[in-house]
Amino acid sequence: MSDPRLQSTGLADIQGRLLLIKIVVLIIVGLLVVRLWQLQVRDGTYYRSLAHDNRTRSVSLHPVRGLIYDRNGILLANSVPSFNLYVQLSDVPDREALKGKLVELLSLDKRELNKKIQAPGTGTPIRLKKGVSLKEAAIVESHRLDLPGVVIRPEFHRNNPQGVYAAHVLGYVGAASEEQLAREEFQGLPSGSVIGQYGVERIYERTLRGRAGRKLIEVDALGHEKRMISVDKPQVGHDVHLTLDFRLQKLAEDLLGEEAGAIVALDPQTGEMLALASQPSFDPNALSRGLRADEWNTILQDARHPLTNRATQGQYPPGSTFKIIMATAALETNAIGLTETVHCRGKFRFGNRTFRDWKKYGHGEVDVHQAIVHSCDVYFYRIGNRMGVETIAAYAKQFGLGARTGIDLPAEATGLIPSPEWKRQTRGEPWYPGETISVAIGQGYVTVTPLQMAKVIAMIGNDGRSVQPHVVRGVRERDGEWIQKWAPTQAPSLALRPHQLEAVQAALAAVVTEGTARRARSSMVRIAGKTGTAQVVSLRSESEEETPKRFRAHAWFVAYAPFKHPRIAVAVLLEHMGHGGSAAAPLAKELIEAYLSFGIDEQDKTRTSRTSPAHKIMKERTRFDG
Amino acid sequence: MGDQWSRRRGLDTFDWCFCGSILALSSIGVLTIYSVTAEGTGNQYPLYVKQAIWVGVGMLAFLVVSRIDYHKLARWSYLLYGFAILLLLVVLFSGKSSRGAQRWIALGPLAFQPSEFAKIPMLLVLAVYYANQTRRGWWYRVIVPALIALPGVFLILKQPDLGSSLSFLSIYVTLLFAVGIKSKTLGVGLLSALMLFPFAWSELWGSLHDYQKERILSFVDPDYDPAGRGYQGLQSRIAVGSGELIGKGFHSGTQTQFKFLPESHTDFIFAVLAEEWGFLGGVLCISLFLALLLLGLEVAAKAKDTLGALLAIGLVGMLTFNMVVNVGMTIGLAPIVGIPLPLLSYGGSATIMTMAALGLLFSVKRERLSLLA
Repeated sequence: MSDPRLQSTGLADIQGRLLLIKIVVLIIVGLLVVRLWQLQVRDGTYYRSLAHDNRTRSVSLHPVRGLIYDRNGILLANSVPSFNLYVQLSDVPDREALKGKLVELLSLDKRELNKKIQAPGTGTPIRLKKGVSLKEAAIVESHRLDLPGVVIRPEFHRNNPQGVYAAHVLGYVGAASEEQLAREEFQGLPSGSVIGQYGVERIYERTLRGRAGRKLIEVDALGHEKRMISVDKPQVGHDVHLTLDFRLQKLAEDLLGEEAGAIVALDPQTGEMLALASQPSFDPNALSRGLRADEWNTILQDARHPLTNRATQGQYPPGSTFKIIMATAALETNAIGLTETVHCRGKFRFGNRTFRDWKKYGHGEVDVHQAIVHSCDVYFYRIGNRMGVETIAAYAKQFGLGARTGIDLPAEATGLIPSPEWKRQTRGEPWYPGETISVAIGQGYVTVTPLQMAKVIAMIGNDGRSVQPHVVRGVRERDGEWIQKWAPTQAPSLALRPHQLEAVQAALAAVVTEGTARRARSSMVRIAGKTGTAQVVSLRSESEEETPKRFRAHAWFVAYAPFKHPRIAVAVLLEHMGHGGSAAAPLAKELIEAYLSFGIDEQDKTRTSRTSPAHKIMKERTRFDG
Repeated sequence: MGDQWSRRRGLDTFDWCFCGSILALSSIGVLTIYSVTAEGTGNQYPLYVKQAIWVGVGMLAFLVVSRIDYHKLARWSYLLYGFAILLLLVVLFSGKSSRGAQRWIALGPLAFQPSEFAKIPMLLVLAVYYANQTRRGWWYRVIVPALIALPGVFLILKQPDLGSSLSFLSIYVTLLFAVGIKSKTLGVGLLSALMLFPFAWSELWGSLHDYQKERILSFVDPDYDPAGRGYQGLQSRIAVGSGELIGKGFHSGTQTQFKFLPESHTDFIFAVLAEEWGFLGGVLCISLFLALLLLGLEVAAKAKDTLGALLAIGLVGMLTFNMVVNVGMTIGLAPIVGIPLPLLSYGGSATIMTMAALGLLFSVKRERLSLLA
C-alpha cells in the first residue's frame, strides 16, 4: 500500500469500506446464529415433539367381534378378514393428483372420492373402499410412490355363515353414526367404529365388541410404517350363545316361506327361545357389508317391512286365541261354572246390536269345554258381558299382555289391552259396553305380539307358572370359561285353581283332537292349542276367496306339547291367511314334531360322542341346572 | 498475523486456516450427503462418492486457478463472459430439463450447469470494469455495469433459476457498494428501480414457475397449509429445531431419514446437519464459513490493486449471499429460492465453481506475496 507504483484509483477508498463490509457480514452471520439458537435451544423441545408427532402415529386396532352360536354350538355369526383401502390425508401432498391416480388405477368413482376426500383432513384415515380384491391390493402395493398416504388394512367384517336365517334375532352391524357416537354407551369409540345396529348384535354390543387396542408406529413421509414402537393388543369380544335351536329356527323360517308372519317357539320351563322367525326377512350379510343409499331406500320403503321383527314388534288382534284368557278368567272369577252351559244360536244381541258367531246357525248348548273346542263366540260374548272389560283386562295383564315380555331384543312392542281408563285418556271417550263384547273374542282394540301369545300358552301348559323369554343362554370367553349365564328369574306366576286349569288344558287338547285345530293332530305327541282368526276389518263378505288379501283375517295358532310336561310352546301367526285351523295349525304341528325328535337325537349324540359340541352343551346345562 | 505470514514463502497461518476451512466444510458436506443417501438411490455410484469426486476435482481447480495471475484472467474477462453467455443461450435452446427448469448441458454421461460457471466470468468482468473506470456519476457507476450484468441475469432467470440470478445480482450489488456510491446516486437508482418495478414485476414474477411462486408465498405464511405450500419450510424448521443442542446423532435425523424433508441432500443440507449435530454442529459450520469470509476480506484489505480488492470483495459478497440465503431459508429467515449451500450441497457444478472462485481469491493473495518477496 505504501508503494506508490501500486496505487490505483480508489483502492484506499475501497479498502476503507472493508470495515463496514466486515461489520455487515458479522451482523448477518450473528443473526443466523441467534435464529439457530431460538429454533434449537429455546424452542428445541417444541420442535422435537413436532418431529416426534411427525413420524409417530397412533393406530387404533379394532378388536375382533365375538361369535354368536346357537344352543348346540352351530356358528351363526363370525368375523372374516377382508382388505380395505384407506387414505391418511395428512400424508397426501396433492389431493387432486391422488384422486386422479385412484380413478386411473383402481377405477374408483370420482364423485364419491370428491365426497370422501374433503378439506380439512383429520388425523384419522378415511376408508375409500371396502373389500379390496387381491389384484387391487397388488396394484396399490406396486404403485406406493404414486399413492402417498394410501394404505391397505386387513380388517374383519361381520359374516353370517347361515345366510338369511335368524336375521331378525342376530341383527346386523354397521358404522356408528355421529349421533350414536355421542351417546354415553359408545363413549371413546373412534369414529368409523362398527357397532351392532339391530338384534342381538345391538343388545349385546358391549359383550361382543371386545376392547380396542392401539399401536404406536413410526412412519416415513409417505405414511408407510417403518417400525412399531409399542402395542396395546386389542381384546377379542366375548362369544354369545343363543337359546335358539338353529335347526328349529331354519325349519320355522322355511315353513313361513314367502308369507308374511311369525313363528315363535320357546321352552315353557325355562323361557329359552327355541325359534323366533319373522318373514319377510332381510340379508344380514348385505346390511353388515353396508348398503348404498338406494339399496337402503328400497328396504325402508318396502311395504312389507322386512326390517320389522313380527315376532316381537308385530301387533295383531289375538282373535280367538284370546279365549284362553277369557275362559281362565271366567272360571277363576266364577263368572261361569265348569259345567254351566250357554245356548248358542249363532248370534248375540246386545242393546240394538247383533254380534254374530262364526258358525252361522250356532253351536247349540255349550259348556266351557265345548266353547273352547269349537271356539264358540256367543259363549264368550256372554261371559265377557258378565265379567266386564276391567276384569278381562286384569287377567290379560296377569298373563303378561299389554306389556313387554322383556326379551333381550331391541324395540319390543307392548301390544294393547284396552280399559275404560285407557280409552278416556287416549281418546277422550267413554267406554261403550258393546266394545267389551268385541274384546271378549280378541277383537276391537286388543292387540298382542306373537311372542306374548307364546308366553300365554306356555303359562297354561306350565300350570300358570310364568317364565322370562330370552334369546341368550350365556356369554363365554373365546374357548374359555362362561362369564355370564342366564339366571332363571321367577316371573310373577298366576295362581290358578287346579280343577279350572285342568278343564282349560283338557279343552285345549281337545281343540287339536276334535276341534278347530284337527290339522295339528299328531301321531307322535299329544298337542294342546287354540286357533284364532283375527279379523283385520269387519267383514261383510261371507266368502274368503272373494276378499282381497290385505283385508283377509290373520291366522293364529298357539300350542304346547307334550300335554303333560310341555317342552315346547309355539305361537304361529300368518298375516292375511284366513283361518288359523287350516293355515297356522299344521305349521305348529310340524315344528313341534321336529323339535321333539331333535331332542331324541340330541340325547343319542351325547351318549355316543363325548366330544361333540352338543355333549359340551349338555354338560354345561347339567351344571347350569344343578 | 499480517506481517508474519507475508514474509514467508510456502504455507503460512493464512493458508492453513483458509485451506483447512475449505476442506472441513467440503468434508462435512460429503459426510452429510452420506448420512442422507447411504441407502442408495440405485445409481451406479452413491451420491456421496460422486460428491467426493467433485470435491477432488474442485481442489484441482482451486490449485490451478490459484497459480494463475488474476491479471491474465482479467485480460480475458470479456471473452470469458461472452463464452458464458453463449453457453447460457445453448442451455436456453437445447438444455436438459429437470423439474420444469432448463439448467443443464449434457456432456456425455455428465451434465453441468453453465449458470454456476458463469459466476466467475461475471465477477471478473464486473471487477475489471470497476477497476478501470475512473469516471464517477451514476451512469458509469450504476447503469453501465448493470447493462453488462443484464444478459447473464436475464438468461438465468429465463431457465428459470431464481437463486442463481439473485446470486449474480449479489456480486453486482456488493461491488457497487465497494466502489462507493453517493447517497444522491443511491437515491436516484432506488427511485428509478421503484419506477421500473411495475413493468419489471410482471416479467419477473411471470418468469417464475408455479412452485417458485408458491415457495415465496409460503414464506409469507408458512403455517397456512402444512401439507401444501409451506410444507418444505415447516419440515425444515422442524428438522433444525428438533436437533436441539447436540443433535440426534449421525444418520439418526428422523426428519430427513424418513424423508419428511425433501431436497435434503441439496438445498436443505443444512437442515440435515442441524438436525443430526444440533446447535453445536450448526454453529461450527457457520463459524467455518465466517472464517472463510473474514479471510477473504483480509485478502481484500491487503490486495495490491483495485482489481484484486474488488475480486476478493465480490467473491466474499457472493459467498455470503449464498450461505446466508441458504441457511436463512432452512431456518425460516428467507424465502425458499433454491440456492445451494456453497461447498456442502450436493452438486458438481456448484462445488467446482466455488472451489475455483476460492482459488481466484488465493491468486489475489499470492500475487501480493510474490511482489513483496
